Amino acid sequence: MTMTAPTPKRRGGWPIAFLGIARRETLRFVNQRGRFLAALVRPLVWLFIFAAGFRAVLGMSITPPYQTYVLYEVYVTPGLCAMIQLFNGMQSSLSMVYDRETGAMRTLLVSPFPRWFLLASKLVAGVLVSIIQVYTFLAIAWFWDIRPPIWGYVAVLPALILSGLMLGAMGLFLSSAIRQLENFAGVMNFVIFPMFFASSALYPLWRMRESSVLLHDICAVNPFTHAVELIRFALYLQVNWLSLAVVLGCLAGFFGAAVFMYDPAKGNWARRKGEG
Amino acid sequence: MRAGDALSVENVSHRFGKVEALKDVTLSVPRGAFTALLGVNGAGKTTLFSLITRLYDNTSGVIRVAGHDLRREPSRALARLGVVFQSRALDADLTVMQNLSYHASLHGIPGRNAKARIADVLAQVDLSGKAGARVSSLSGGQSRRAEIARALIHEPDLLLLDEATVGLDVKSRAEVLALTRRLIAERGVSALWATHIMDEIQPDDALVILHRGQVLERGLAADIAGPNGLTRTFLDLTGVEAA
Repeated sequence: MTMTAPTPKRRGGWPIAFLGIARRETLRFVNQRGRFLAALVRPLVWLFIFAAGFRAVLGMSITPPYQTYVLYEVYVTPGLCAMIQLFNGMQSSLSMVYDRETGAMRTLLVSPFPRWFLLASKLVAGVLVSIIQVYTFLAIAWFWDIRPPIWGYVAVLPALILSGLMLGAMGLFLSSAIRQLENFAGVMNFVIFPMFFASSALYPLWRMRESSVLLHDICAVNPFTHAVELIRFALYLQVNWLSLAVVLGCLAGFFGAAVFMYDPAKGNWARRKGEG
Repeated sequence: MRAGDALSVENVSHRFGKVEALKDVTLSVPRGAFTALLGVNGAGKTTLFSLITRLYDNTSGVIRVAGHDLRREPSRALARLGVVFQSRALDADLTVMQNLSYHASLHGIPGRNAKARIADVLAQVDLSGKAGARVSSLSGGQSRRAEIARALIHEPDLLLLDEATVGLDVKSRAEVLALTRRLIAERGVSALWATHIMDEIQPDDALVILHRGQVLERGLAADIAGPNGLTRTFLDLTGVEAA
């Protein structure tokens, strides 16, 4: 047995650790085919059934970034991309709570790398998985005549990374606050659904204002609205600067809060009682 | 407390709100030795392990792993620590090889080295033929041995095993315990073995008795047991009634 085992810092093992975490997330995703199908079926049901039904009811005026009238299916597609990322972020969060209950989370946190780095690696790995899902969805939507500019598929990548990181960081923060797996249903009801429905994912904000100014204002400050708009504008080769700023700000806030909560000295983690 | 100890815990206390889970705990694990940490459920063993693995910080006292202060040099200290947790930590959906590769990466071990080390540790725990098997297909004993292989992958100086035989049948329990003792003899690793099962402790083991967050006794098991035997002595010390 050696007393001279080098520490990860000296060995330059940071990329190795990140790639290991990313590989594990990908393997878990590949092994759980049901999860991939569910992630894909959910937005496709919205696109094929919900959007088709609402096309006749909801008229779309010409609003940026669109330069002409668009079908409701076209309008709703960026929102469904963000929905995939929202649910993926929550799925990661759910798996972290599960990992914590089983002990797998502990093996991650006792790694000699700093905790913020481990959490960031897990976050980025989860976003990579969500981006694969979004591009698969966009490829299927293309056959449904939802065809943004070809360069839009490239331009949307940074937007997807940022929105995925923000939603993933939110999931990370929530996972640190949830004590038991059973509490997750509450998160779905009180966080996920309100966040999705009170946003511009399904209806433009001006439509919302016609119904209720208060609801419009709530939607306007919802970070998910800005994730949707960032994706929508990027898909049509534009930048929504306000949404970019909000997404970056929320990313920093959620991730900072998650790191605090998982801090061995300060956060919620430190208040959990052991068993033996 | 000797300078060369694999683990030293000095005057460590910890509270969860109003509950004082550990009170001024002091113990050490000498290099290359098997040290048993004996206590009933709720004695504070898992809390102590959580502090040693820095899942959370101790509110007082000092913990050193291979001489490295856990709070001042967490990276160096954790790099020298291998942990087998009480609850399952391997991913059941992945193969043994995939799990071990993941844990090698968490210690920054590059691919080629990782493969060689995985082959080595799987041979040590007699699981060479199970590298490609999913963890969900392993028996309880095999799964525990795979956990030990995982904990050994970065060649730690100290193994922490938190109730490693819980849920195993008698045969698997004996195998896991024998494996741990063999690893100490062959690899020179030190081990802190938390348990509530007195049969797992041998007379020449170092022993620490923890009860309600306090160390009641520490020393050689035979010395602590005295003429009354370990079970009687433990019951007398802790005031726990025999079933």
